[in-house]
Amino acid sequence: MSIIEKQKKEVTIRFAGDSGDGIQLTGSQFTSTTALSGNDLSTFPDYPAEIRAPAGTVAGVSGFQIHFGSKAIHTPGDMCDVLVVMNAAALKANLKFLKPGGIIIANTDGFGKKDLSLAKFAPNEAPIQDAKASGYIVIEIDVTKMTRESLKDTGLSLKDIDRSKNMFVLGVLYWLFSRPLDSTIQFLTRKFAKKPQVAEANIKALNDGFTYAIATELFSERYSVDAAPIEPGTYRNITGNDAIVLGIAAVAKRSEFPVFLGSYPITPASEILQGLSSLKNYGVTTFQAEDEIAAIASAIGASFGGSLGITTSSGPGIALKGEAMGLAIMLELPLVIVNVQRAGPSTGLPTKTEQSDLLQAFYGRAGEAPLAILSASSPADCFDVTYEACRIAVEHMIPVMLLTDGYIANGAEPWKLPKISELKPIDPRFEKARDNGQDDTPFLPYKRDENLVRPWAIPGTKGLAHRIGGLEKEHETGNISYDPDNHHMMTEMREKKRDMIANYIPDQQIDEGNENGKLLVVGWGSTYGTIKSAVYEAREEGLDASFLHLRYLNPFPKNLGKLLNGFEKILVPEINRGQLSKILKEQFLLPVEGFNRVRGVPLTVSELKEKIVQLCKA
Amino acid sequence: MSTQKTVNGSQGNGNLQAKDFASDQEVRWCPGCGDYTILKQVQNLMPKLGLDPENIVFIAGIGCSSRFPYYMNTFGIHGIHGRAPAIASGLKIARPDLSVWVVTGDGDALSIGGNHIIHLLRRNLDINVLLFNNEIYGLTKGQYSPTSPQGRVTKTSPTGSVDSPFNPLALALGANSSYVARAMDRDPKHLQIMLEHAAQHKGTSFLEIYQNCIVFNDGAFSPYTDKSLRDNTSLYLEDGQPLAFGADDAFGVRLDGYRPEIVDLRNGKWSKDDLWIHDQKDRNKGWLLTSLFDDNAKQGKLPRPFGVILAEERPTYERMVQEQIAATMEQLGDGDLEELLTGEETWTVK
Repeated sequence: MSIIEKQKKEVTIRFAGDSGDGIQLTGSQFTSTTALSGNDLSTFPDYPAEIRAPAGTVAGVSGFQIHFGSKAIHTPGDMCDVLVVMNAAALKANLKFLKPGGIIIANTDGFGKKDLSLAKFAPNEAPIQDAKASGYIVIEIDVTKMTRESLKDTGLSLKDIDRSKNMFVLGVLYWLFSRPLDSTIQFLTRKFAKKPQVAEANIKALNDGFTYAIATELFSERYSVDAAPIEPGTYRNITGNDAIVLGIAAVAKRSEFPVFLGSYPITPASEILQGLSSLKNYGVTTFQAEDEIAAIASAIGASFGGSLGITTSSGPGIALKGEAMGLAIMLELPLVIVNVQRAGPSTGLPTKTEQSDLLQAFYGRAGEAPLAILSASSPADCFDVTYEACRIAVEHMIPVMLLTDGYIANGAEPWKLPKISELKPIDPRFEKARDNGQDDTPFLPYKRDENLVRPWAIPGTKGLAHRIGGLEKEHETGNISYDPDNHHMMTEMREKKRDMIANYIPDQQIDEGNENGKLLVVGWGSTYGTIKSAVYEAREEGLDASFLHLRYLNPFPKNLGKLLNGFEKILVPEINRGQLSKILKEQFLLPVEGFNRVRGVPLTVSELKEKIVQLCKA
Repeated sequence: MSTQKTVNGSQGNGNLQAKDFASDQEVRWCPGCGDYTILKQVQNLMPKLGLDPENIVFIAGIGCSSRFPYYMNTFGIHGIHGRAPAIASGLKIARPDLSVWVVTGDGDALSIGGNHIIHLLRRNLDINVLLFNNEIYGLTKGQYSPTSPQGRVTKTSPTGSVDSPFNPLALALGANSSYVARAMDRDPKHLQIMLEHAAQHKGTSFLEIYQNCIVFNDGAFSPYTDKSLRDNTSLYLEDGQPLAFGADDAFGVRLDGYRPEIVDLRNGKWSKDDLWIHDQKDRNKGWLLTSLFDDNAKQGKLPRPFGVILAEERPTYERMVQEQIAATMEQLGDGDLEELLTGEETWTVK
């Protein structure tokens, strides 16, 4: 039988298995090799909510999806073309993500009587046969048996041999997508440098999987995906949380002030605290506080001392920090609050994604409490937005909330490495000492510059001793003031100071399409890839749809109103009940339609495109 | 350069005096409030620190006592309710060079901020905590606090509080505090000594100060603080000295096993040699001392101890943080940003 070689523009593969099956490692190796082959790509891990759910159960299934292609790729893909399942539970949990007629690669050893029972299939069910009957192409491999056979002479224990099963499967996949093995071989050699026997075994399993696919003619087709037209440069793969870690480290290294992170572990933000805690030689000090409130309070204390205070959390933790944010707004100190949003309210769905803290970011504090709000649109974008949030916080002496979410926090994509020289140092407004007798006027801690920004007067600086607090301040002196007109003025000034940041941010650009027309789709945050893909597809079909994506949410770019007014209809897709819609309606008095789903997962391109088509044709 | 003897061994601050540490703000506590004495004693202490005002920071939460920073000509933050220890922790970790003080009250530190105070104490940052205990909520005008005795009638306990109160020093010891002491507003001389000791201690010093709220809880501590009574009710601790009290040291406390008892030193049966000798490094005896916390209405009650109950040397949190940073620098060198951003695996698109 001859094998047909087929070119594909894009492919989505989903790996799924038990938590112990090494699914994430398999996925990340496939990703590395794919990136080295020049494809554009996007990935998303789908971890089980429980740390160690019982083996073989649906609750214990771990997944990893990669979407890659010879064209620009913006999302991990709605549905997959190939589903790799290591056991019955993995099939049960993931079949819904497979396109009709798609390929299932199944480890038949994971479909025994016990596996079916653990996965809660009825005794008379035969899921593999049923899948075939439903039109899927099922490739059955007894991975356990083949791996044991492959590694029987290595001298390793059966337990160790079984841990190489994932490499056997990866070998099969590499053959199917015409990929070289060398990157993974190098990785295994590095990873098991101290256990050469284990490295050799894994490499052998990988090679044998590849050879097995050729020898047994498992597939009638073999695919190749050409390199994508990607901007030249050096790239690495990065998750959103890792990009925030690097962004913060970059701020610390490029600026004259140190960075202090006060944080309390919370899903899905913990990786930021973890990542920064090992960067002690980068000018970042981390403090794992006793709770969310102490985390932000410690960051405020550090900012008072001349560090840039940062705190990281997720929705429920952000709610606890609200009062301290109010204090930081009154103290007019730099502070960055990172909110890696998750599905709420309350504990909600901690490992699932949502964009439902936008109104909390806008309004979730006592009193008139204006702060700046930025959002990141993709894993790699988290780096730039983090740097920008820190810049605004320091240069405008104001708390900045940075919104990301679980989807881009854990998802990964290629990131073009920035040139260090292009990372502009952030300019702190440190007040100089008054120790030479030349300036005997009293120091005024709340004297503002032309942008209404007060000086950063840090302890240890001669002549600047002053007291600040949460009580309303008198203009300029910063002394306690109960004067009604002063309170009115200070309230307005705090808001105006925030609004004046708009003079220091770029104009809003149209991401796809034109500056006017029938339909404008407006997005913010992690929906970027989905909206971009959906609008692109609609435009390919000749529809008059355009797209703009907001990074700056408060203040908005100054030209936003003008852009919004250039369209007949505005559609705002969000993973919430219409929070940006509400704000746009209120600020611009325009009819805005929302596209809202709160299913804990990203919006899909297909459902959104359907809506765009409907609005364009109406 | 002028040098003067300073409590923390730092270089002198020239000729600064107490008044140089008073801010230009009008002090606004009720006339007769115990806070005035404490403020004065803290200002008296400041020149002895040997530090310029800009190297000292007072951080407070919310409550009457928490207005304190406004009256000090140093750096200061009047923060939010209960969170002063957390704000101070961030500052001290970021700036170990500063002398950091937390001024708090019984409601601020032990109720709304209870979580932060215990964690500050166990971590042992070099921060001085002054807990003004008046057994009442003063700023909100008279509700019972977590140190109000059971049965206390207040605005929110018209038939008497049913809450069992905290014993602040036992709580601090339980949180593994390295320094625990008690003083009173009505004995400024002793208070000054206690403030000096607290400033000298490297680590979190927890100084509880009995402070009279003249408006809402007047006389709460009179049995221990009134000059006419305190001889027989208060026990002034001194390291290495026997636990004697009363006029002309008429009484003493001896240990019968682990049970403290009062003995009369006048009848020849007991002498000072029989008494419990205070050792401020002995944590176990510290426990016993904090347990001298009887209701003052009780007959034959043990005296209330004042002074340093425990002063234990152990590494401070911020020093260990600095050491880890230094060790990382030593081992890996100053972090290379390019290398960090590049990570383990890259590919180049041409």
